[in-house]
Amino acid sequence: MLTLKSLHKQLLLGDWLVLLLAALLVCLSFLSLWQNAPAAKVQISVADKVYATYSLNQAREIHVRGPLGEAVIQIAKGKARFAKSPCSSQYCVHQGWLSKAGQVAICIPNQISLALVGEAKPYDTLNY
Amino acid sequence: MLKHFQPSLEDHRIAKLAAFAIALHMLEAVVPSPLPGVKPGIANIVTLYVMYQYGFVTAAWVSLLRVLASSLLLGQFLSPGFALSLAGAGLSLASLYAGMHLPKRWFGPVSLSVLAAVAHIAGQLLVVRFWLIPHAGVAYLVPVFAVAALFFGTINGLITAQLLKSKVP
Repeated sequence: MLTLKSLHKQLLLGDWLVLLLAALLVCLSFLSLWQNAPAAKVQISVADKVYATYSLNQAREIHVRGPLGEAVIQIAKGKARFAKSPCSSQYCVHQGWLSKAGQVAICIPNQISLALVGEAKPYDTLNY
Repeated sequence: MLKHFQPSLEDHRIAKLAAFAIALHMLEAVVPSPLPGVKPGIANIVTLYVMYQYGFVTAAWVSLLRVLASSLLLGQFLSPGFALSLAGAGLSLASLYAGMHLPKRWFGPVSLSVLAAVAHIAGQLLVVRFWLIPHAGVAYLVPVFAVAALFFGTINGLITAQLLKSKVP
């Protein structure tokens, strides 16, 4: 059986190296991709075009038309959410309020997406 | 007709091993997951084990047959789910092929398992990013999948190492 004693026998030097590197990579991905900074703006995209960008400081409701119909996006207290969507799955609505920079809600059927951006957007995208 | 087709011993072995991998894949498919896409990938134990015992070609056969047959059984042949599976398995195999040449003295099954797991999610995330959800926000999911790959890759590697030691046929 797999016991702690036999564990270190199965892990060779290179294995530890690989594990260490992988753990480092995981930490790096958290640090670079999950910014805990509060968001300042919400960017709404329809299909692959940016539809509009709103500040999160001002409460409002935005009605956006997608291929399926009209979705309602609500902004309040520095947060944003899909309040209503004509899609059948309703994943976007169930995702609830987004408040941190980098968070996204994507409604694939209706091709509308929200992306929260911080004061300064550090990266557009990351490639390794 | 295929009257004269005589399946070789190798064919029989591939079929048996693939059937085993498919069974594991099915088992996993019914277990609910907190996040779609995060799965232990226990079928990869079979791929890794086969590569050590019978070589890379047999492992590639077993892995690709598993993806194909499982997608048929789950009714997702040629669906996005199938593309994800195939991309993951493909990149996994590529990383195993590369990893095979690492010095055996220092790199055991755990290394290969972690490499394959990371390659697996990399393949899937690339398909998601460039085909299914062409949106930079997908990057937000990367850390979650990376943790899962590291965790399950290590465990699968340890299980493989144990299996290789116990020398079951």
